[in-house]
Amino acid sequence: MPVKCKEEQRHLTARVEGELDHHQAREVMEELDRRIDAAQPRDLTLDLGGLTFTDSSGIAVLIRTYRRMGQIRGAMRVVNTPPQAQKVFQAAGLERLIRFE
Amino acid sequence: MKVENQVTLEFPSRSANESFARTAAACFAAQLDPTLEEVNDVKTAVSEAVTNAIVHAYPEKLGKVAMKLRIKQDHILEIVVKDWGVGIADVDQARTPLFTTGSEERSGMGFTIMESFMDTLKVRSTPGKGTTVTMARKIARRAGR
Repeated sequence: MPVKCKEEQRHLTARVEGELDHHQAREVMEELDRRIDAAQPRDLTLDLGGLTFTDSSGIAVLIRTYRRMGQIRGAMRVVNTPPQAQKVFQAAGLERLIRFE
Repeated sequence: MKVENQVTLEFPSRSANESFARTAAACFAAQLDPTLEEVNDVKTAVSEAVTNAIVHAYPEKLGKVAMKLRIKQDHILEIVVKDWGVGIADVDQARTPLFTTGSEERSGMGFTIMESFMDTLKVRSTPGKGTTVTMARKIARRAGR
């Protein structure tokens, strides 16, 4: 499962593509960790435009990444969330914690 | 209740089979002519149930997971996911949002997702014997059919 990242002056954009389930979650988490550690970004934009499926594993990835950004006092927003993923995140009340645009 | 069609699948508890199971469920559901949203709801719930069996039922080894898909009267799709693993000591606790015994890539929201995406959810478990998750969703009949 590819995570494509773009970094510009401590603004990190990470695009997650394909199916994000339990099988893929650890790899995506580790890749996001590595990118955040390396870039130490002021803000992270997580682009889910290419996400074709997710389940509660996606919730775990978002919460972990949000906490990670909190630890380095960075902001995080999630953009281009597809309807299927949005429904999963809403069932968990994630919009109360994380900024979706 | 009369069963109009059914299929049973068995597979080992490998995480690569999560994707296979939800895709198979979506293909089987297609004969009810569901909307995209209905198919996605079913896929999501199946993904949660099968992932639970894979992650929790057999923590140390591979084991057998069975998924039974049934179409019942009134356009009801029933899905049974069964394992013969370690079982759940306290089902009510397991169904509580955010409760998890899993590692950090688990959110503890699996049963909550199943409950909100399906019409009914029943969990029966015996420690040491295994767990059976039974869930059902009525697929709406659309106009013009």
